[in-house]
Amino acid sequence: MLEIKNLHASINGNKILNGINLSVRAGEIHAIMGPNGSGKSTLAHVLAGREVYNVTDGEILYNGKNLIEMPPEERAREGIFLAFQYPVEIPGVSNTYFLKAALNAIRKHQNLEPMDAVEFLSYIKKKMKLVEIDRDLLNRPVNEGFSGGEKKRNEIFQMAVLEPKLAILDETDSGLDIDALRIVADGVNKLRKPDNAAIVVTHYQRLLNYIVPDVVHVLWDGRIVKSGGKELALKLEDQGYDWVKDDTKNK
Amino acid sequence: MPQASDPIANYLEHFSKFEKEISGESEIRKFRQDAVEEFKSFGFPTNKNEEWRFTNPSQISKIHFNHQLQKQISGEVKKQIDELAIKKFAQNRLVFVNGIFSNESSNTQFSPAIKISPVSETLHQSPESVIEIVKRPMIEGRNFFTSLNTAFMRNGAFISIPDNTTITDPIYLIFIASDDTTPFVMHPRNIISLGRNSEASIVEHYIGVSKNVYFTNVVSNIILNQGAKLEHTKIQTESVNAIHIGSTYFHQFESSKLHQNTIMIGGAIGRNNLISTLNSKNIECTFNGLSLSEGEQLLDNHTTIDHVMPNCESHELYKAILNGKSRGVFNGKIFVRKDAQKTDAKQTNRTLLLSDEATMDTKPQLEIFADDVKCTHGATIGYLDADAIFYLRSRGISENAARDMLTHAFANDIIGRISAEPVREYLNKIVHDKLNQRR
Ligand SMILES: Nc1ncnc2c1ncn2[C@@H]1O[C@H](COP(=O)(O)OP(=O)(O)O)[C@@H](O)[C@H]1O
Ligand SMILES: [Mg+2]
Repeated sequence: MLEIKNLHASINGNKILNGINLSVRAGEIHAIMGPNGSGKSTLAHVLAGREVYNVTDGEILYNGKNLIEMPPEERAREGIFLAFQYPVEIPGVSNTYFLKAALNAIRKHQNLEPMDAVEFLSYIKKKMKLVEIDRDLLNRPVNEGFSGGEKKRNEIFQMAVLEPKLAILDETDSGLDIDALRIVADGVNKLRKPDNAAIVVTHYQRLLNYIVPDVVHVLWDGRIVKSGGKELALKLEDQGYDWVKDDTKNK
Repeated sequence: MPQASDPIANYLEHFSKFEKEISGESEIRKFRQDAVEEFKSFGFPTNKNEEWRFTNPSQISKIHFNHQLQKQISGEVKKQIDELAIKKFAQNRLVFVNGIFSNESSNTQFSPAIKISPVSETLHQSPESVIEIVKRPMIEGRNFFTSLNTAFMRNGAFISIPDNTTITDPIYLIFIASDDTTPFVMHPRNIISLGRNSEASIVEHYIGVSKNVYFTNVVSNIILNQGAKLEHTKIQTESVNAIHIGSTYFHQFESSKLHQNTIMIGGAIGRNNLISTLNSKNIECTFNGLSLSEGEQLLDNHTTIDHVMPNCESHELYKAILNGKSRGVFNGKIFVRKDAQKTDAKQTNRTLLLSDEATMDTKPQLEIFADDVKCTHGATIGYLDADAIFYLRSRGISENAARDMLTHAFANDIIGRISAEPVREYLNKIVHDKLNQRR
């Protein structure tokens, strides 16, 4: 589904990603761990199409298509979804208005009729239950004045509504208490389908107790320096990242 | 290049013709003549005058405007009114076509106690009631265009609402410019007074369909007596070659509440002066404004809030959206006189630039002579938030739609504060169309 080859990216002339190779197949969940500043969010944003990052080398294929050439909205319509580490506040635009516009843009791309207000309302009601989100939040401007936890939950709610094929969750677990974490993880699990895949960026192994990954990668200094099974996450939790760094240096 | 004729001489010549037409109005004759002396002594302003630093009026002085206007209103104009005006207000409206009152298009269904009539009629029946309001001192008001208007004042709405009267349906004043034969000028004068504890909503709407250059030189005098409440909305949608210069003078008395909305969209040059004098205690004054400009438009808002007495509040929020090479001006004066202790005044000006070539000049001017007051002001000028655009696009929304959504949200912050729902609806549509037609 996703094939990243030798990806190099920079911002303002600073090289952040230094040759990433990653292959994600349908049905898989990949966890990406790594110390702060190692480039996890950069990778997530490059996948979503953020133009401030310069891809200087390498390629990204998504279902055989060259992703680098695609504008962000096109990627979203093709099924890519990024749950932001820091969701953006948008004063004056209501959550439901925004989501309806997004959903209908995606449906149009799929040659489906747009949903009218009534259909949309009953559709999102189901999705609200799934992530246990407050109705109040939907009528408020997008993320404006939301608490950290509410913002994260709103990201998962949007994901539930838009039903992406490839979800990238960037530290969605940070700042969530254990109950919220469970709800978010449940939401993600319920949305799992054999033809979907997810990349879960996290610092903590605890999320991976709920969302069980097929592969765990360690990102360090813009490279994937180690990959393994879910037990790798446990070892990282236990011993930190230093041993990985030492490992790499010794190579 | 031909020598531009003396603009003052042009207006004087028109005035002598005008005086002959209005032979019946003896009481007001002297008043008009004083106004002529006044505008003569001011002379046509230039941008050397501080008040006109950004908007150079000398280009207006070069145009020879006609004062003779057709009185017939065609079927075409009727259609245009139906099409361009706020339909929900059709039952209570006064319509002025090319500056002249149109009886057949106007309609009022209020009780006879509420006086709503064209000024021309009031000048005939009781000129003293017009003079009483017009002669009040106008701070910031002694200017060329207001005196010019006073000399020629004839058309416009006279509205007098008695004490303790609440009008729920807005009174809608339409000024439509449709003549295309020659450049022309109109001097509408609206004279409005709300009695004690009265409540009303008034909408002034300036609509342009003329393709030609024309000049609207409007003045409104509005009195809010003790305890009166008014929502006053001015919508300026003149056509692209129009020049609109308007001054609205409010006088507010004890415990009155004014909620003023100014929406400027049309015109090649639009200049709006808005002045409220808070003459006694416990007054609330709210000024909200939105301008939307493109091409080479110049939209200029000059506001003045004069806190004369203690315990009054004023809130002012002006927003501008500029596209193309358009220019915007916001000049916000707040006076706090020495007796106006416990004044609470807040002024905010926010500008959204949609193009690199648009420019905005913003200037707060606070003059505070009392010591126990709260006065704040702030101004921001910026582009659309790139993070927000990316966020919307990352959900499948196109870049253009994302920009429109954010721009509309910026505008809606003002539109959403207007109480009259049909006005909000109308403005949302106008803003939407305006954003769409860009492409
Ligand atoms: N706009 C920017 N300009 C310069 N450097 C940046 C910018 N954004 C991120 N970086 C740098 O890129 C590196 C990777 O950041 P990021 O991808 O956010 O890491 P992570 O998500 O793994 O914590 C960091 O060193 C960070 O300082
Ligand atoms: Mg990060």
